[in-house]
Amino acid sequence: MIYRESGQFKTSYATDQAIFPILQDRIALAILLLVAFVGAPMFASDYFLTTILIPFLVFSVAALGLNILTGYCGQLSLGTGGFMACGAFAAYKIATAFPDLNIVFVFLLAGGAAALVGVVFGLPSLRIKGFYLAVATLAAQFFLIWLFTKVPWFVNYSPSGVISAPPRAVFGFFVTGIEATSHAKYIFCLAFVALLALVAKNLVRGRVGRAWMAIRDMDIAAEIIGIRPLHTKLLAFAVSSFYCGVAGALWAFIYTSSVEALAFDINRSFQILFMIIIGGLGSILGSFMGAAFIVMLPILLNAGPTALGTPLSTSTIAHLELMTFGSLIIFFLVVEPHGLARLWQIGKEKLRLWPFPH
Amino acid sequence: MDAIFDFLFGPLKEIWAYPTFFVEVVVGGLLTGVMYSLVALGFVLIFKASGVFNFAQGAMVLSAALSFVGFTELGVPQWLAMLLTLAMMVALAFVIERVVLRPLVNQAPIILFMATIGVTFFIDGFFQMLWGEDVKRLDIGIPKDPIEIHGVLVNTFDIVAAVVAGSLVATLAFFFQSTRIGRALRAVADDHQAAQSVGIPLQTIWVIVWSVAGIVALVAGIMWGSKLGVQFSLALVALKALPVLILGGFTSIPGAIIGGLIIGVGEKVAEVFWAEKIGGGIEDWFAYILALFFLMFRPQGLFGERIIERV
Repeated sequence: MIYRESGQFKTSYATDQAIFPILQDRIALAILLLVAFVGAPMFASDYFLTTILIPFLVFSVAALGLNILTGYCGQLSLGTGGFMACGAFAAYKIATAFPDLNIVFVFLLAGGAAALVGVVFGLPSLRIKGFYLAVATLAAQFFLIWLFTKVPWFVNYSPSGVISAPPRAVFGFFVTGIEATSHAKYIFCLAFVALLALVAKNLVRGRVGRAWMAIRDMDIAAEIIGIRPLHTKLLAFAVSSFYCGVAGALWAFIYTSSVEALAFDINRSFQILFMIIIGGLGSILGSFMGAAFIVMLPILLNAGPTALGTPLSTSTIAHLELMTFGSLIIFFLVVEPHGLARLWQIGKEKLRLWPFPH
Repeated sequence: MDAIFDFLFGPLKEIWAYPTFFVEVVVGGLLTGVMYSLVALGFVLIFKASGVFNFAQGAMVLSAALSFVGFTELGVPQWLAMLLTLAMMVALAFVIERVVLRPLVNQAPIILFMATIGVTFFIDGFFQMLWGEDVKRLDIGIPKDPIEIHGVLVNTFDIVAAVVAGSLVATLAFFFQSTRIGRALRAVADDHQAAQSVGIPLQTIWVIVWSVAGIVALVAGIMWGSKLGVQFSLALVALKALPVLILGGFTSIPGAIIGGLIIGVGEKVAEVFWAEKIGGGIEDWFAYILALFFLMFRPQGLFGERIIERV
């Protein structure tokens, strides 16, 4: 009744190719953006912004990156953490080497550096496939973290091996460093994420994205119809690592303000893989849903026993959390292997017919 | 230029100067490699029979070792503890088949892979809650004294481990080649649907395979546990087994052994002769780079089944 596209005629190619062809979708998105840009900073507390919204945004970027590589191009990667670390440390080196450079460009350059590294580690994908490739990408994960821990040049010879974000301002507002308010950080992060998501959406529905999906579905057939696997796969690795690199830089500069290489260990890679699987492989919206789910879950799990008032030791809680997390993942996979994005789609289909059953 | 030359060839001179030491390192590497193979075997078994990349193998090693030590600490004699742990691993196989594999049958491999990561989390949490998370000593009476063979120092424990691994592989090979169940397993590995159509019950086969993988995990857990002590880091041994796996090929039992030996030797030699020059601690990634190098020439691993692709 409310969500129905009948009567909305497309009279030009431009309207036919719009990202959101249905009017209701456009209105919903406008409201969402309004809430995110205006509502959240006005009403959300500092705690809510720094522990939920900012990590959610940072993780969304990383999930977008991995989803491009794994969901759209079909190359299973377990090296996400390594590429995020690349972005974080590149951003730190660039920001300290060029103090006058605007932080936006620092982040973009850091993403570029991560993209270069991604291409190098993507080269084996031309010969290795499937789980062999997945294990091979672990080489990137372990090697990069080792590199950032062992080579003092990357941390500007700081003895602790921790990098802390130098204060930088955009339009006169500090967005990194100690003086930055959580509201400024949030808005900056959100603007970045919104733009990157728009770019990703347009990439995957264009020629490039179709080439990625052809490679994912069957690379030999794709090669026969004239898609060059070398270019396509490496481009996927580059774009994916760019997103992961930006996510890493946002993590180090905006979310935690100081970070060591071990924050990007293999568990981080798995965490992001969980996000895209639970959110939905090959879906931009799914990346956001998965990120929200994985960010919220530990917080809810933590709050659960406290609210019930059961006296449990901290280690028992940690183990229970681990168990619940594991079972929830299995549960979600069993109930809907195509992720939250698919549930959303089913919901929309139902809404189109509502209130009629057929 | 000199630095590069020194980096590449300096250690070679060292090797040339002290050949006995080099042999010692290689033998040490071979014996460690056998231990890696023990863990990798579990992966191969499950991948062969069900096409599932079972990330939970490391957690299974940990849980088997934890349960074994836990039972002995309760005062149960070791042989009984072994039996109880075996029963536990079989029960675990039943539960995994019923709760995870059966509902997810016919899903994409990556979904099953993620499900096994979920299983990993669950097992890690469950068994550590059951048995506690302190480091436990595990001693089943294997001597750990070094002995000298032809001027080369070898640890007795490592030799015992190698013998255990060898006999395990021989048993598995016999089981696969000559028993009725083994033939059924191979049939399932070849083609699920064809196997089912000649009347092989898939679900039973999966339970059997996961049980066998559980037994392998128990052996690996006991060996690694008596080497390192039983604690959470035991689960991370699985990360050592992964490069062994891709090097040998996911589907080959001999591949797991040979892969383990290559990784073991390569890692030890690099660690002893080259690591210091680049800052040390290379054991985290060296095996992966080594495996990657081999994969460039044989993308399906040394002994994996040739990948034939048709459009």
